[in-house]
Amino acid sequence: MLAALVIVFREVLEAGLIIGVVLAASRGVVGRGRSMVLGILTGIAGSAMVAAFAAQITSAFEGRGQELFTAAVLILAVLMLAWHVIWMAEHARELTARLRQLGHDVALGSRSVTVLGTVVALAVMREGSEVVLFLMGIVLQGAEGAAALALGSAGGLALGAAVSAGVYLGLAALPVRHLFAVTSVLVTLLAAGLAAQAVQQLASSGLVSFLDSTLWDSTWLLSEDSWPGRVLHVLIGYMDRPTLLQGVVYVATAVTIFLLARTRRTLETARAPRKVGLGQS
Amino acid sequence: MSDRSAMPPAVSALAAGAIAVVALLAAPAQVRSADEFEVTITIKDHKFDPAEIKVPAGKAVKLTVKNLDATAEEFESKTLKVEKIIAGDGTGVIRLKPLAKGSHKFFGEYHEKTAQGVLIVE
Repeated sequence: MLAALVIVFREVLEAGLIIGVVLAASRGVVGRGRSMVLGILTGIAGSAMVAAFAAQITSAFEGRGQELFTAAVLILAVLMLAWHVIWMAEHARELTARLRQLGHDVALGSRSVTVLGTVVALAVMREGSEVVLFLMGIVLQGAEGAAALALGSAGGLALGAAVSAGVYLGLAALPVRHLFAVTSVLVTLLAAGLAAQAVQQLASSGLVSFLDSTLWDSTWLLSEDSWPGRVLHVLIGYMDRPTLLQGVVYVATAVTIFLLARTRRTLETARAPRKVGLGQS
Repeated sequence: MSDRSAMPPAVSALAAGAIAVVALLAAPAQVRSADEFEVTITIKDHKFDPAEIKVPAGKAVKLTVKNLDATAEEFESKTLKVEKIIAGDGTGVIRLKPLAKGSHKFFGEYHEKTAQGVLIVE
């Protein structure tokens, strides 16, 4: 039972953390709840599909299908997260001001929550398909103690949900004026980490084999397989043995998002310097 | 219901671009399969056979894993940084870059008690 709990929790941890961050990053926007629920449900449906076609996906592209599919999912998620940070650079002030003045959600950025809902769907789909395959295995085996395994799995799922809630509540406790600055940094690093993961998938497929020397080895300090290592791996893209290419892609992704966001912020400030800034000085 | 048109065009375009890039990368897949050392192992009753495989150092390895069980397995090696789902009654291919001499443990994540093996590079 404990083994099942650990396996399922390990798989849902990443999605759980991402949902928590994304939920906090979309605070104050009308329709985010609906969008997140829709994202989770779509992700679960997607998981079942991916699990059902696991054999076909794996054998596609000369056995590279699984890696290429995962890489595509990751790259898509990176683009959406990047879009969110850039959008937020333009709207954070407005959103913050309205949240503080009105204290309720504002009808702004339905696109933004759609994008974040999609990120949630992708995250759930990626990790969820492994949970589905594992659970299907339990059912197929019909082993003794299947009930205990099922119970363990349910426990793992519940723990994953608890992680989401924990991350969200932790971020939501931040003062509103700091909230979006913090979530933007977090989402940027999350995106950079996912981009580095995509590189690893492409390297595993054997298609990308340049700059593959190990940049550093900090396994002795913090292993990616330890629980803190896993959490940091998802949240800020911590890697214990990154390749040079992973390092380059991580930095390039973070810097690109940062620069694009700053350009947007500058434009926004130039266009409407006192739109919502009044009374804040 | 989700309003599909709510997806920003820029994101749709970028998404299409991402898929195109991955497809492009996949295209020359056939070209470079020469210099690979090929080895096959099977999974049966949640055990690897053979549980010990030897590969030459400094050569790319194509490891084919045939799963004869009806249940899926996740082939995992921490030191090799491999995590790969092998569907029930399915086959998976794992590609490893040229390795230095040493040994790498691997296991089946879904049946860690029985599914254990080691890859020896010599």
